[in-house]
Amino acid sequence: MTRSSNLLRIVVLAGALMLAASSAAAADMAELVKALATGSFSDREAAITALAATGDSRVATVLQALEAGELYARKSDSSVFIGRKEGTDIALTDPLTGSTAGTAPSGELDRIKVNNRLRRAIEAAMGSLTLMNPDPSLRHAAAEAVFKSRDPQAVAALDQAIAAETDAGVKSILEQARAAALLGSDAPEDQKLAAVAVIAARGDRDALQLLQSVHSKSTGALQSATLAGLRSIESNLAAWQAGQNIWYGLSLGSVLLLAAIGLAITFGVMGVINMAHGEMVMLGAYTTFMVQEVIRNSAPGLFDYSLFIALPLAFLVAGAVGLLVERGIIRWLYGRPLETLLATWGLSLVLQQSIRSIFGPTNREVGSPSWMSGAFEAGHLTITYNRLWIILFALMVFALLSFILRRTRFGLHLRAVTQNRAMAGAMGIRTPWINALTFALGSGIAGIAGVALSQIDNVSPNIGQSYIIDSFMVVVFGGVGNLWGTLVGAFSLGIVNKLLEPYAGAVLGKILVLVFIILFIQKRPRGLFALKGRAVEA
Amino acid sequence: MKRLRTIALGLVAASSLGYGAIGSAPAAAAEETIKVGILHSLSGTMAISETTLKDVMLMLIEEQNKKGGVLGKQLEAVVVDPASDWPLFAEKARGLIQQDKVAAVFGCWTSVSRKSVLPVFEELNGILFYPVQYEGEESSRNVFYTGAAPNQQAIPAVDYLMESESVERWVLAGTDYVYPRTTNKILETYLKSKGVAEEDILINYTPFGHSDWQSIVAEIKGFGSAGKKTAVVSTINGDANVPFYKELANQGIAAKDIPVVAFSVGEEELAGIDTKPLVGHLAAWNYFMSIDTPENKDFIGKWQIFTKNDKRVSNDPMEAHYIGFNMWVKAMEKAGTTDSNAVIDALIGISVPNLSGGYSTMMPNHHITKPVLIGEVQEDGQFDTVWETPGLVVGDEWSDFLPDSKDLISDWREPMACGNFNVASGKCGGKGGS
Repeated sequence: MTRSSNLLRIVVLAGALMLAASSAAAADMAELVKALATGSFSDREAAITALAATGDSRVATVLQALEAGELYARKSDSSVFIGRKEGTDIALTDPLTGSTAGTAPSGELDRIKVNNRLRRAIEAAMGSLTLMNPDPSLRHAAAEAVFKSRDPQAVAALDQAIAAETDAGVKSILEQARAAALLGSDAPEDQKLAAVAVIAARGDRDALQLLQSVHSKSTGALQSATLAGLRSIESNLAAWQAGQNIWYGLSLGSVLLLAAIGLAITFGVMGVINMAHGEMVMLGAYTTFMVQEVIRNSAPGLFDYSLFIALPLAFLVAGAVGLLVERGIIRWLYGRPLETLLATWGLSLVLQQSIRSIFGPTNREVGSPSWMSGAFEAGHLTITYNRLWIILFALMVFALLSFILRRTRFGLHLRAVTQNRAMAGAMGIRTPWINALTFALGSGIAGIAGVALSQIDNVSPNIGQSYIIDSFMVVVFGGVGNLWGTLVGAFSLGIVNKLLEPYAGAVLGKILVLVFIILFIQKRPRGLFALKGRAVEA
Repeated sequence: MKRLRTIALGLVAASSLGYGAIGSAPAAAAEETIKVGILHSLSGTMAISETTLKDVMLMLIEEQNKKGGVLGKQLEAVVVDPASDWPLFAEKARGLIQQDKVAAVFGCWTSVSRKSVLPVFEELNGILFYPVQYEGEESSRNVFYTGAAPNQQAIPAVDYLMESESVERWVLAGTDYVYPRTTNKILETYLKSKGVAEEDILINYTPFGHSDWQSIVAEIKGFGSAGKKTAVVSTINGDANVPFYKELANQGIAAKDIPVVAFSVGEEELAGIDTKPLVGHLAAWNYFMSIDTPENKDFIGKWQIFTKNDKRVSNDPMEAHYIGFNMWVKAMEKAGTTDSNAVIDALIGISVPNLSGGYSTMMPNHHITKPVLIGEVQEDGQFDTVWETPGLVVGDEWSDFLPDSKDLISDWREPMACGNFNVASGKCGGKGGS
């Protein structure tokens, strides 16, 4: 922290002296830029400090290029350039004037390297240099950087910036930065107490960090004020943390839901224990991989839509395989659950090995489209986009399936066969055909789940194995043949698992959930939402 | 039906007999080869790391055969796939030694796989070259540890973080098996000996292949917000690293805020992920592909030609196999035979060049001398060395930071010939030692 506070001190002093620029200063600038290329990492840190101290606006461009890895030094004379790669050559521009300086083969230039320490120094320097930048997002970033570095000498510059600030969001960050800087300075106590209140109002982890360091060094009224501020932030954060755990539980629950819902249908309608269900998920994941390969090779612009293209394809591929399996294997084994178990287990091994032989045993890279990367803050919750989309997707799949079951003819026949197979047959429903279509539907849904899961898990021939146990867990817990049971079962298991994880760890948490399910089905063997009726209970 | 069946059976019997006769004849007539066993997972969670080691062994064997083989005979590779299934490792090892009669085995990655094959090698007096960094606390007469012991990787990495990044709070995150558990025990004792308080250390274990890192990464974020600089020391193995780093990137944890130093993530593991958000995270190894020496450039050139892929990367365990293989060849030439006992004795003291411009020597405790390098992840998936030890470090498998092992030394030369000799009591702990 001391190096960056030194930095800001010098910057603020220099800011007042900016009028003293002259040709001598210009020559100094070139020397300082050259110094970025020579010496050890600490020498280069000193060069960054010195550059920022000049307060020159051109420094920002140089430092940005340095951080982006676009600053090069010529091996022959150690002169420094900003470079852009053009094939094997590098197009050079002078870092200070911005004029082009020709091209050079990349062998003649060394890229100037940075490590974590230099990155922090650059961040702090950039913060101070861009406080008055016309772009509000840059001002926002600069204010955050100054807040993190908390240099007491920055108060004057911050006052100036606050007075000139028009954007309300940036203004509040600037005020928080000013409060942070004030707390490190020798300002009178009442000003510091006001600053503590501003920081406590910010209420996030950085504020917590700041108040903790102030608390350890203060006495008297300030100490009790910071303690009160810390307490309020901590309790606030604890509430948000519980909310965050529930969010994680929901996202785990959505994954379980996607994996299990196909199984719930096939198990419910046909009573078939399908051990190859995980492999349908795997087929969906590999379909996504194939779609992305094709897009990568022939139409790279479509990458962001790759998942939408993969969804129907995965459904068809997995559904077709499911149909074949039912007509080819399962049909002959109705009423013989142990044989079905064994046959589908063997089938899962065959499917795994075929994929292994076609695609190789190592993981395949499935990329995320741009709209699925990153996260945003909602209050103090961090919500990652990929998990958010998967939850919404799981709910959509659930809604779609409910619609099919309740509103379509096929759904009606399916429910009839689930409740009383013999009667349904007597009413004229072609039960063997319903069986085949149900199995295809269940497998197709698993394929769609595979598309979603390829975004958060490694795509390998073993991906199905990670989800088969969880799927059975959800189906047994939630009740067979009932979609609501699967939904409630999946989300409650997900939330329980995630609430346990911070205390018991990942491994023990899973064990406890399994033990809980075992105890639960002692009491309610048919699960949460069991179907009732004479034929079902027979 | 019955007649058809008997005819079919007869045909099968006849053909198998015939095939057996034809099959065995060429073998007897063929030139004798020295067989080399390659015991690396080619499928399962560890395939991401181990497949490349099988490939580098095939390259080294081919190179050596071009030079005329060893002791006038050609080398023959026997590749098996234990599929990340630890008990299967032992089964395959037994098959390699007993049935295929290999002269040495190059294999294993996870410590649990090594522990699984150890009794087999000791029982059948085989030779295993183990190329991966591990937790120490073991010294076997039949194993040559060409990977890093904790004092050649873990301890220097922690020293670097303490001195250069001024880290005061530590998260020790690992996969749940013997290597991370033992390494974290050593690191915990080491950190406490350096004055780190108990509440500044957070230890966490996850199963192999763990993919839901949300809670753990959030916990790391929270732990790192207590006002002191925090770092994560990661002993996470296998493809669980991929979702871990993805989640770090998604939750916005940058290396300049909370750096992660990994011991089991190299160029190969980074080859499959988008490394842009990982820039600045660290790894501790004894070799990086980016090392600028003529030997390394030559090795990489040959490797990319062999794999017909000019984007193929090299990594530390590959260099360990390179060193181990060359040492083995030299030992066989020195001993004049492939007999296990002779080769085991001949290996001690052998020195071969490594790929970072120096030499690597096989010490009496069956470990080698290695330089220690700390590197930062670059955008292109390479590592940029930010620190290295001034000289070579001798591997010490009996950690000085654990009470059970600080008095132990290992020396396989006669007359001591003991893997866990207790200097305090003056007694040898027993056969093999582990």
